[in-house]
Amino acid sequence: MMAQIQKNNDRLDLAPKKFNMWIFIFTSFMFFAALTSGFIVYSGGRGHGLNVIMPSAFLYSTIIIAISSGTLFLAQKAAKGLQFSKQRMFLWITFILGVAFFINQVYAWYVLTYRMNVYLTDTNASRSFVYIFTGMHLVHIIAAILLLLNTLRGTYKNIPQVRNLFKMEMTSIFWHFLGIIWIYLYVFLLLNQN
Amino acid sequence: MSTLAVHDHGVAHHDDHGHEHHHNQSFLSKYVFSMDHKMIAKQFLITGITMAVIAMILSILFRIQLAYPDKTFPLLTTLLGRFAPNGRISADFYLSLVTIHGTIMVFFVLTAGLSGTFANLLIPLQVGARDMASPFMNMLSYWFFFMASVVMLSSFLVQKGPASGGWTIYPPLSALPKAMPGSGEGMTLWLISMVMFVASSLMGGINYVSTVLNMRTKGMDLWKMPLTIWALFLTAILGVLAFPVLVAGVVLLIFDRSFGTSFYLSDIVLNGVQQPFEGGSPILFQHLFWFLGHPEVYIVIMPAMGISSEIMSVNSRKPIFGYHAMVYSLVGITVLSFIVWGHHMFVTGMNPFLGGVFMITTLIIAVPSAVKTFNWLATLWRGNIRFTPAMLFAIGMVSFFISGGLTGIFLGNAALDINLHDTYFVVAHFHLVMGSAAIFGMLAGVYHWFPKMFGRMMDEKLGYLHFWLTFIGAYLVFFPMHFMGLDGVPRRYYAFTEFVSMQRWLTVNTFITWAAIMAACAQVAFLYNFITSIFIGKKATQNPWESNTLEWTTPVEHLHGNWPGEIPTVYRWPYDYSKPGAEEDYIPQTVPFSQTMSSNQAHDFEDNPKGLEELNKFTSTLKANEQVK
Repeated sequence: MMAQIQKNNDRLDLAPKKFNMWIFIFTSFMFFAALTSGFIVYSGGRGHGLNVIMPSAFLYSTIIIAISSGTLFLAQKAAKGLQFSKQRMFLWITFILGVAFFINQVYAWYVLTYRMNVYLTDTNASRSFVYIFTGMHLVHIIAAILLLLNTLRGTYKNIPQVRNLFKMEMTSIFWHFLGIIWIYLYVFLLLNQN
Repeated sequence: MSTLAVHDHGVAHHDDHGHEHHHNQSFLSKYVFSMDHKMIAKQFLITGITMAVIAMILSILFRIQLAYPDKTFPLLTTLLGRFAPNGRISADFYLSLVTIHGTIMVFFVLTAGLSGTFANLLIPLQVGARDMASPFMNMLSYWFFFMASVVMLSSFLVQKGPASGGWTIYPPLSALPKAMPGSGEGMTLWLISMVMFVASSLMGGINYVSTVLNMRTKGMDLWKMPLTIWALFLTAILGVLAFPVLVAGVVLLIFDRSFGTSFYLSDIVLNGVQQPFEGGSPILFQHLFWFLGHPEVYIVIMPAMGISSEIMSVNSRKPIFGYHAMVYSLVGITVLSFIVWGHHMFVTGMNPFLGGVFMITTLIIAVPSAVKTFNWLATLWRGNIRFTPAMLFAIGMVSFFISGGLTGIFLGNAALDINLHDTYFVVAHFHLVMGSAAIFGMLAGVYHWFPKMFGRMMDEKLGYLHFWLTFIGAYLVFFPMHFMGLDGVPRRYYAFTEFVSMQRWLTVNTFITWAAIMAACAQVAFLYNFITSIFIGKKATQNPWESNTLEWTTPVEHLHGNWPGEIPTVYRWPYDYSKPGAEEDYIPQTVPFSQTMSSNQAHDFEDNPKGLEELNKFTSTLKANEQVK
């Protein structure tokens, strides 16, 4: 009997790997928490407010990333229901939305720099922080897009369903987290824009 | 014996697991890009020791300068070239030496060398897992660490020398490439190296936490884990939460250095030219740095505490005193470590009220620390002590922790710190409490688990020699520094010859240097012992210290997967030493209570009413038999 239990223990166990992703999310959260705390210490200590009304591009980004979370959710639902072509389609849509988010954020930088005269090398570092927040978030987005592409590749290679679901879950955890982080950053900036 | 019983199971159900690991691995996959946690542990250890030796040599170099500020040593010019013109170490290179010594010791030796070695070796072995949660990430963790080490050392090869702004790399020195020679390429390499180091540290830490939480063997609940695992687990949590904050600080620093932002810079005049930076706050960097930096010192000391607890219990042949208190004090230290960082910044113009808050949180850390110290001493009390080299180093760790910890109470005081800040008093304090104590914990671990790592024993006599010379040497080096600090001698100064009030400390500096040279020579005994024992040491038995923990139930010969058969089940806590009524003075965790009826106690069955019933039956039968007699 004991041997039976032990054997079960020795099977391919993906739970610890999924747990790794959760811990990584914690580290990533701490990173953004540190950056935003840095902003508070800076703007509070030096009396440098942001004094910039956030460009509307950020609002569109928020909408895009929210929709992409929805499509990824649908992809996962399709994967669970063994509808692989549907899963693939929603993954592609999520990928396109991810890229659109990226482009839109870069466009927001363009708006900030050329239309609003808010620079990365501003003497008011509160404004530089806007670029750091979005830039560091975009670095994470690149990683998430690579992860998404890896999952997408899996759907073409006919991998075992366990693996497919595992990849989907890993991608989803990270992707939804990045959506939440973006909303956090955006709300943070909105609250501090005056 | 119980350990054999475990293996009997393995033979009976020789399942598919044993086989796959015997396939011949290539040299690359076995020794270089190994994904076996035991091999990775050895890689971390050997790299860590190498870095420690390098950092020690650096310290001897700057000690020579401090002892003989006016003498010339042509040999130094031969060895160091442009860094030591005319037989004297240059002022800039002196600062580089101090900086790189600190960086290597804190991060590369006492973080990666200590946690990397023992978390990798002990977590899977002591919780009963085949390997880490993600062996691949574990391998990457080592190779990022290795690359970080190479990049850090390569900064000695650039024209202007390594980073020299101190291991805390405060801006503006670190943010302006032209501020001083070491702020140039040396600083860039330092930053690259540290980014890789943090990546390594995070990958390792994520694995450790996940493995402890998810992969414990049957029966191994959290309260049956050895204190080593508790300490390494909480250390990993600290790292996972604190290192990202350092990255955030470093990202802003990189933008200031290379992209012209002004997060940390303001009102800078360089070579008579006003710089364009405006509005930045160097204090912001200190906040971000010390939010990592203070947990970092607990990342350094907690594994040493866990290792010492385990070794002292094994070698006192007694249960660790206050196991639960030991765990809760570790948890207490972990939580408190995040709310004390301001005590490094008392003299930055901090609001005195805020300083008071940080002072109180800092002094509260004395409580869990004292609980731990008391428990160690109580573990030794009336123990059947075996003075193995590992045990001596563990006791040495406690000694340094006490004598270094006491001065922490001075320094944690916001008023006293005005006087003591940045003096040799601080140097004495942290070299004892986290430097020497953590190194001793690490060495204790090396002596204790050497048989597990290499299947051979280290030489005891050389171990004793190593211990006494190092122990005495460390006190001779660091104790006099307290008095220098009280007299106001500042740290990091190149020479004190220009200050009349400090000239009298020159003789003490000379003394310290010779003590340091003696202690450094003692490490040769260790290195010789370590290297030769790997190849020609006495062959180790399976459980040389008669210890209870799971790692000693694995065969001496390493195999990927650790146990040839099933993973053993755990029935009891790891500290059943000298239990009254037991046949031997240790009962491994794998022995069920049904096999030790004569030594079972009522408190062994607190949450097991059936077991308690059996125990009562057994004792009443025993009593009845006695009465018949």
